[in-house]
Amino acid sequence: MKSKLLLITFILISSLGYSQMLEISGKVIDAKSNTPIPGVNIEIQGSSQFLTSDIDGNFNSSKIPSGSKLVFSSIGYKKYELKVTKSQKVTIQMEAVSESLEEIVVIGYGSKKKRDVTGSVTVVSSKTIDELKPIKIEQALQGTVAGVAVSAQSGSPGAGLDIRIRGISTNLNNAPLVIVDGYQGDLGIINPNDVESITVLKDAQAAIYGTIGANGVILITTKSGKKNAKTKVTYNSYIGSQETTKKINLLNATDYALLLNESYGNGGQVLPFPIVSGLGKGTDWQNEVFNKAPIISNDFSISGGSDKITYAFSGSDLYQQGIIGAGKSDYKRNTARLSLGADLSDKFKLSANVIYTYIDRDALNERGLGSVLFNAINTPSTLTPRDANGDYTLVPSTTGFGIEIINPLAQIENTYNDYKLKKLNGGVTLDYDVVKHFKVTARAGFNTGNSKGKTFNKQVNYGGKVFDITRSSVNQNAINDNDYTFDAYGVYENTFKENHKLKLTFGQTVFKEFGSGLFATGFDVPNNSWENADISLATGTSTAGVRDVGSYGYDERRLTHFGRFEYDFKGKYLFSAMVARNVSTKFGPDNRVAAFPSFTGGWIVSDENFFNKDSFFNFLKIRASWGLLGNDKIGNNRYVGNLGGEGAYVFDNTLLNGVSVGVIPNPKIKWEADEKLDLGFDAKLLNNKIDVTFDYFKDTRNDLLIGNIPVSGITGVYAPGSGAPTINAGSVVNEGFEFAINYKDKLSDDFKFGIGYNVTTLKNRVTKVDNSTGFIEGGSFGVSQPAPSRMEVGHAIGYFIGYQTDGIFQNQAEIDAHPSQAALGAATSPGDIRYKDLNADGVIDLKDRTDLGNPIADFTMGLNLNFNYKNFDFVAYSYASIGNEMVRNYERTLANVNRSNYVLGRWTGEGTSNNVPRVTTAATNNNVLSDYFVEDASFLRIQNIQLGYTLNKTLSEKFKISKLRLYAGVNNLYTFTKYRGFDPAATDGSPIGGGIDYGFYPTPKTYMMGINVNF
Amino acid sequence: MKKNIIKSSIAIALFATLSISCSDNFVDRDPVYSIDSENYFNSKADYENALIAAYDMLQSSYINVMLGEIASDNTLSGGESATDVIGIQQVDDMAHTPQNSNLKDLWNWMFAGVNRANYILEFKDKTDFDGKNQIIAEARFLRAYYQFELVKWFGGIPMNGDARFKLNDEKTIPRSSTAAVYASIELDLIYAVENLNPVAAQKGRATKGAAQALLGKVYLYQDKFVESASTFESLIASNSYSLVTNYNSIFENAGENNAESVFEVQYTDAEGASFDCLQCSEGNVAVGFNGIRNYAGPLFDSGYSFNVPTQEAYNAFESGDNRRDVAILNIVTWAAANSGVSYGTGYKHTGFFNRKYIARQGDANVGDQNLTNPNNYRSIRYADVLLMAAEANSRSGNNAKGQEYLNKVRDRAFGDTNHRITVSGQALTDFIWNERRVELLGEGHRFFDLVRTGKAVAKITGFAANKNEIFPIPFEEIQFSNGNWQQNPGY
Repeated sequence: MKSKLLLITFILISSLGYSQMLEISGKVIDAKSNTPIPGVNIEIQGSSQFLTSDIDGNFNSSKIPSGSKLVFSSIGYKKYELKVTKSQKVTIQMEAVSESLEEIVVIGYGSKKKRDVTGSVTVVSSKTIDELKPIKIEQALQGTVAGVAVSAQSGSPGAGLDIRIRGISTNLNNAPLVIVDGYQGDLGIINPNDVESITVLKDAQAAIYGTIGANGVILITTKSGKKNAKTKVTYNSYIGSQETTKKINLLNATDYALLLNESYGNGGQVLPFPIVSGLGKGTDWQNEVFNKAPIISNDFSISGGSDKITYAFSGSDLYQQGIIGAGKSDYKRNTARLSLGADLSDKFKLSANVIYTYIDRDALNERGLGSVLFNAINTPSTLTPRDANGDYTLVPSTTGFGIEIINPLAQIENTYNDYKLKKLNGGVTLDYDVVKHFKVTARAGFNTGNSKGKTFNKQVNYGGKVFDITRSSVNQNAINDNDYTFDAYGVYENTFKENHKLKLTFGQTVFKEFGSGLFATGFDVPNNSWENADISLATGTSTAGVRDVGSYGYDERRLTHFGRFEYDFKGKYLFSAMVARNVSTKFGPDNRVAAFPSFTGGWIVSDENFFNKDSFFNFLKIRASWGLLGNDKIGNNRYVGNLGGEGAYVFDNTLLNGVSVGVIPNPKIKWEADEKLDLGFDAKLLNNKIDVTFDYFKDTRNDLLIGNIPVSGITGVYAPGSGAPTINAGSVVNEGFEFAINYKDKLSDDFKFGIGYNVTTLKNRVTKVDNSTGFIEGGSFGVSQPAPSRMEVGHAIGYFIGYQTDGIFQNQAEIDAHPSQAALGAATSPGDIRYKDLNADGVIDLKDRTDLGNPIADFTMGLNLNFNYKNFDFVAYSYASIGNEMVRNYERTLANVNRSNYVLGRWTGEGTSNNVPRVTTAATNNNVLSDYFVEDASFLRIQNIQLGYTLNKTLSEKFKISKLRLYAGVNNLYTFTKYRGFDPAATDGSPIGGGIDYGFYPTPKTYMMGINVNF
Repeated sequence: MKKNIIKSSIAIALFATLSISCSDNFVDRDPVYSIDSENYFNSKADYENALIAAYDMLQSSYINVMLGEIASDNTLSGGESATDVIGIQQVDDMAHTPQNSNLKDLWNWMFAGVNRANYILEFKDKTDFDGKNQIIAEARFLRAYYQFELVKWFGGIPMNGDARFKLNDEKTIPRSSTAAVYASIELDLIYAVENLNPVAAQKGRATKGAAQALLGKVYLYQDKFVESASTFESLIASNSYSLVTNYNSIFENAGENNAESVFEVQYTDAEGASFDCLQCSEGNVAVGFNGIRNYAGPLFDSGYSFNVPTQEAYNAFESGDNRRDVAILNIVTWAAANSGVSYGTGYKHTGFFNRKYIARQGDANVGDQNLTNPNNYRSIRYADVLLMAAEANSRSGNNAKGQEYLNKVRDRAFGDTNHRITVSGQALTDFIWNERRVELLGEGHRFFDLVRTGKAVAKITGFAANKNEIFPIPFEEIQFSNGNWQQNPGY
């Protein structure tokens, strides 16, 4: 066989040798600009010859066999073919194609040219990350990717961020799957400078991940060295100063005293401030708690490679202090990373990388009743921070102050905690070219983390408040989390009959996560001091019967088999089908296995003959995808009964721990099934200067896994430590459009610019809640009031339910003419809020509550600009969210607390106000949740502006520096909003109960200066 | 070319076999450190541990005690404002509807108690050991206790024999009639009387006497005066209990589990608690709720000023009755008599506080200190037994016994024998009823005493006859039952 082939080849070659040789000369030019293209590769098919165009685009050869084909190729241009039948002089006009279309995009278990991608996929490059200077990598997705919403849980250093891809689909965990270099990873700890690209899979393209892809998939590719590259050293550093973006307009001491007098007067009580003069402005508690805080970041990397080996090493150090409490809320992150690649032989390629991360975070109470800001807002300006002895003053323990408000400065001082995480993660990949067209990849990735936490509860007396601690204690915990991902897959890729291109990917993934936690408490810390706060020194224990220790362990596994079939015809008609079969320990034996199919298709219309290339469009691709994906983010072992209940009782004055049933199991639980539909197009216009992407999407999440779903109390689920089962019992639909446009151009060689804009519309509605009541409640408002948030059919998930207001009662006649509001609890007087009788039954009661809005934005937008003029560069990123509501819940509605200054416009008599109710110490119904407390939290935020200057090469190279750039910028420069709270962008991220503002720690504004150096 | 195809095919086939070879067995693993609830009860200790958990739900009956007073003419809701715990406010005003989170809690927690008792009873035959009857009897006592609370509050309830309720039982198991629930309670208590030890092995456990007292009470609630009287008679004849001399000592920490205590719900300040899970507290949540708002001064700790006695209740005590100033704290006189007293005024402030169950100083104040007060709830006191016995006898025609038991209580209250009652018939019964109010004020019995004696309409503002005798089934439960259960009349 082999010898015959050789013979044929020999004959062919010899015959060529005897065929006629032709002379071809010519010039290659750009079809649009007519400028010559140098360095064009010219392959003479059927011979071993290569030609290259010279600097003027010229080429010539006199040894072209007659009948052969010349193939012209150059990066950024479409291939051009010429059949040679005679000697001639030709001008070859090559058409430019957008470089971005040639980009390689990772899509999970493989990659594709951007041109050929048929799913809705967005890539954020390291350039964008460089520009945005995110402290955490999640921030790089805010405003840069259509369909992706990022919200900070808080502005405190190191606080988590929530990513939502195309809305909130489940009342469980909505976080997308994160894959770092192929293995399951964690976004929260990554050093942004280690990231080469972030790829977001938004539609059924993610179906290859099957059960875990329903929330969308974020693929992180980390940086590696490049082959045949000189050693490159980069060093980046910046320092910054942070401050609060906003202070709420609160009453000063004089206004506060006057208001209190009026309020007490209206309640028929003695005036608390008989003399108001001399009070002045008093203490500005916000000034007291907010401080300027530094942020410092340094990182370096060394990378390079030979023709077989690549390497990259990097290290980073970040330190950020909080704008509240300085060192009491800070965040330190160190990372070190090593990446190696080696071509072991022609057939074997190995790459490996490992990342070490160290995190140290201290935090203050920043959520709910008892947060520092909540105290700062509510403590009256008439109080001084310290008394004559220099001790912190106590907020009086009188009815008007309640028992939850304490001096925020004392609170900061008495807060002590520490969290340290050490984490190692990495992976090894081995590629093996088994035979031509068939390649096998084996990959193992792992994460292993150890964290230690400590909280010292100092013995402290705030004067009869709930935060008084009569006995010091220290809580400590040690947590170990591990996981590994093992992939093995093969790829068969071949082209048949020139036009039929086929790619087959199939394999398996094994995932296991396991770990344990241990926690304990020691009492009576020596000297009541943080220095001694360790169980080793603590002398006391709890009263007999109380367990001061606890632990847990887990072992969860998942096995995935997958296959993907990709086919295209002439590179124009693209099709792919994939299926993933999953088996998971999250579900019982009956529903352990599930399969998820999906399909994508694309048509590159601009490649059709009928398409007029000279027209407006340079490129047009129409895409469609449909698929089923799963979600399994529920607690472990929900299908089997356990004894996790809490059943302690007292016999002989000693607490004894009994045994009782824990969360009620549901053996029938199965995966959430997410049906994703996406229709879209990608286009390039005006000489590829404009790049447009449009998508319509509809995600239907069925069989929602609703944890702790309200069920009948007769089953005993409300016992301590018990809980309702997790049931597949709901559906949520998210539907919307995404549109992104990027415009890049240069006005001259000196002046280049780019503008990117994206907008996403989102309509979220619950279509099924299958638990008889038809709704699930969550969140909290005020003190002891009914739950404010709901998931209910026909509404957006987590909408706010409350009363609609209809102005203020101006006089008794209006009250008499209106249905009674007595069922709300208190009598009504002129100056109180009038609520609408929506069901027209003549009384205002719970049945009149209605949908007051929801925390999900109707529109989110990003607008990003960059300019380069000579050595200067400028970028600006902004982000907007429109149509999201927030509940104002940072006011403790008590007689003596401080107020926002909008109460100055209150009702004081007939005709004075129709918006803000009277103030009084008497009982009113004005504090029930109504639209009075629901504010439009739409905002436009200028996230980042930066101006940089790069030193002339000639100058910098004198110092052996290949690039030196200096820059100054501001992060979170300004937020345009009508919202009165600190931060309209903050939410705790709960699907039901998010968007309720207890005084969110605002994301700071950061002024920064930095330097980038490359050697 | 052909060869390549063959080679690739072989390679692919080999690889495919390899990759599928990791079988689904990979995910077969047992949950880590977890015991299957359906594979328990393998030793005596297992039964004992499950029994402790069945007692645990007694602690959540604090809400029953609070609402039993607030619903009556004894106390007002109080709290911070008109919207502070709206469910409590509405019960005070008799304006409660099926949407009331506190009544819902009561339903949920008492059924949790029934289910925890039934967890034991469902597996009662699984493992044999000595002393099992005592455990079964305690479990049945507890089930009776919880079901009695439920039937008092809601009327007929669903029952499922010795089995726990499973999901969807609410759609198939009907509400039993009130009579059927009482019949079941009686059977449980008769069994408990026969099998329980007269003396508790540990303070806090149900005894034979506790079962007798509860059985007598259950009979009394059904107007079965003869059975009630004879049940109480055998309890009294056992001489196991006596009235303590100093009424005031009963409600202080030192007076817990004293000679007068027939059954007492045990609380402790050993463990912290939070508002996220009030039923998880090992302390008496009602005590912190009832406490004096923003109090500073001797003896007491502050609280949330709920459950405040009315002037009318204060006036209900005869002069010379030692019980008034034990049951009701007059904050104005207290502040005048003690230095350094300051306090706040909450909603519906009356100047009175529910002194038997307000927070006292001297406990560990483990956080949240308002939720971890250790005051035991004296669920059945011997004085209550005597008054119930007196009533059962009086209403079944035995005036002598009625007078005897009533006067034992009055002698202690006045510290003399000059206040004895000698009337008979309905007049005697009326005196007994009035005595119950002042003897037991603040202890959660008043509303049900008014209802069962037909006096609620006259005494409780806003009380609607043929409606407010029982409370509405929670709205959600009616929804869950999917038409299986009807709402109580009038709601």
